[in-house]
Amino acid sequence: MSSMIEISTYFGKIYALWLREFKVYLREKSRLVASTFTPLLWLFVIGNGFGSSTTLTSLHAIDYQKFIFPGIICMSVIFSAVFFGSYIIWDRKFDFLKSVMVAPVSRGTIFTGKTLGGMTNSLIQTTILLVVGVIIGIPFTPLSIVETAAVILLLSFALTSLGLTIGSYMTSLEGFQMIVSFVVFPLFFLSGALFPLDKLPEWLSVLTTIDPATYSVDALRQIILGIGSKPLGIDILILVLYTAGLGLLGTLSFRRMKAI
Amino acid sequence: MIKIHHLTKRYEKLTAVDDLSLDIQDNEIFGLLGPNGAGKTTVIHMLATLLKPTSGSASVNGFDILKDSAKVRSSIGIVFQVPSSDDLLTGYENLKVHAFLYGVPAEIREKRINDALELVGLTERKNDQVKKYSGGMRRRLEIARGLIHEPNVLFLDEPTLGLDPSSRETMWEYIQKMVKERKLTIILTTHYMEEADLLCNRIGIIDRGKIIALGTPRELKSKISGDTVRLKTKMQNADIAQLKNLDFVRKIEFIDEQVVLSVDDARRNIPEILKHVEVEYVEYATPTLNDVFLKLTGRTIKEQQAEGGFMERYVQYDRN
Repeated sequence: MSSMIEISTYFGKIYALWLREFKVYLREKSRLVASTFTPLLWLFVIGNGFGSSTTLTSLHAIDYQKFIFPGIICMSVIFSAVFFGSYIIWDRKFDFLKSVMVAPVSRGTIFTGKTLGGMTNSLIQTTILLVVGVIIGIPFTPLSIVETAAVILLLSFALTSLGLTIGSYMTSLEGFQMIVSFVVFPLFFLSGALFPLDKLPEWLSVLTTIDPATYSVDALRQIILGIGSKPLGIDILILVLYTAGLGLLGTLSFRRMKAI
Repeated sequence: MIKIHHLTKRYEKLTAVDDLSLDIQDNEIFGLLGPNGAGKTTVIHMLATLLKPTSGSASVNGFDILKDSAKVRSSIGIVFQVPSSDDLLTGYENLKVHAFLYGVPAEIREKRINDALELVGLTERKNDQVKKYSGGMRRRLEIARGLIHEPNVLFLDEPTLGLDPSSRETMWEYIQKMVKERKLTIILTTHYMEEADLLCNRIGIIDRGKIIALGTPRELKSKISGDTVRLKTKMQNADIAQLKNLDFVRKIEFIDEQVVLSVDDARRNIPEILKHVEVEYVEYATPTLNDVFLKLTGRTIKEQQAEGGFMERYVQYDRN
C-alpha cells in the first residue's frame, strides 16, 4: 500500500514537471512559430529550389522535396531538442530551478520531467510537419504515423538529453548558443537529411556513421518513403543505444549540477 | 526545532559563515538581522540543503542537513529573496506544480492550494499569469507555495526586499496572520531593523558571518541606555529631581529648556511621570536595533530605501 503511494507520488512529480513545460510551451507562441517556420523554409525553398535542378539517380525517382521530407522532420527535432537545453539555464536565471531543487525531488526526476517536456515539444512540431507532408502528397498510413512518432520520440529523447547535459554545465545563454551551434549543424548536415549517403567520400561517411541523427533519417525514410540504406532494425537499435547513453549522461550531469 | 553547530562556509577568499552555533525553538519567529553580505542567505541556503557547509553541522526538524537532506527538504518551506515562480503559469498552476513536487495527496490537494491562496489574499487573482502580478503579490504567492505541504519550518529570506513601503506593511500583515493561523517555526532574514523588531520573538544580529548579539528585540535594545523622554515644564528643577525616586527612571538631565529622562519602557511609564509633573509637552524615543548594531559594530546597517516611519516613534502629549 505504501509503495503504491510512493509510486503515484513519484509519477505525480514527473507529471508536474512535464505539465509546467507543456503549459509554458503552449503559452510561448513564438517558440512554436519559430520552430516550425525554419523546417518549412527548408522544405519549400531548398526542396523546390534544388528539386528543380537536381537529378540524382539515387533518389529512386522520388522528387527532391519528398526525398528530404523525413530529413526535415529530423532537422526540426535536432534543433528544437538540443536548444531545449537552454531552458535549464533560463530556469536557473529565473530562480525557478532553485524552487524545484529545494523540493524533495531527485535530480534524476527533474531530468526526466524536463526531458519529457522537450520530447512533447518535438512531437507537436512533428505533428504539424506531418500535416504539411499530407498536403505535399506524402502517402501516410496509420502504421507509418505510429512508427514515425516512435522514431521521433527516440531521437528527441537522445538529443534533449544532449542539450540538457550541455545546459547543466553552462551558466550563460550566449555560451550555450555558441557551443550548441557547433553541435546542431554537424548533426543536421551529416545526417543525410539533404543527400543520399551511399556515394560519400570515406572521411565524410565516417562522420555520418557517428551521427545519431543519421539513423533516424534512414529509419524515417524507410518508414515514410520505403527507401533506406540500412535495415530498419539496425537503425532503431542504434537509436535506442544512443538514447540510453545520452539519457544516462544527462542524469549524471544533473546530479553533479550545483543547486545555486 | 533547528540546531546549528559550528556551521562554517568558506569560499576561496571569503568566510561567509564563520563557526556559527545557534538553537532555534519550535514555534519561534527567529530573525537573522544584518547588513547585506553578512552571511544570512548563506545560512538559509545551507539549512535548506542547497549549499554544503565547509565544516560544522546542523539539523532541521531532527534531520541532519547532510545525511538526511531529502527529509529536511520535505519538512521545510522556503521563500527565496528573488521570487522563483514561473511567470507564464498562473498563481494556481504554480501552486499545483509544487503540491505535486511535495507529494501532497490527491484528496487534499485542491483544498491545500485554495487555503494557501486564501491565506495570502490571492484567491481573486489565482487564474492570472504570474507576470501580471505586482512585486508584493509575487512575494505572497511564494509564501503560499512555501506553505503548500504544511511544513513545520518556514524560511523567509528578505521577504520584503525591494517592495515599496505600503506593500511591505501589507506583507507584514500577511506574515503576522500566517503566524496566528498556523503552527510554524519561522526563520526570517532581513536587513530592515523595524521588520525584525515587528515580526520576531528573538533576533540574532549577524555581521561578517558571526552572530554578535542574540536576544529578544527588547533585550537587545535594553543594551542601549533605555528610552529617552524629553519634556518641557514650568516647574522648578529641584521638584523635577524628585522623579529620581521612581524606580523606572535611570537618569535626569537638564538640557537647554528641556528635561531629558532616561527611563525603562517609556510608553507605559509616561502616564506615571505625568502624575508628578505638569508638562507643556512630552515626547519620547525608543532605541532602535540600528542603535544596537551601531553600538556593537561601530557601523550602521544601510537602508536600501526610504523608511515608512517605524524607525522613530514620537508621541506628543498635549494637556492644554
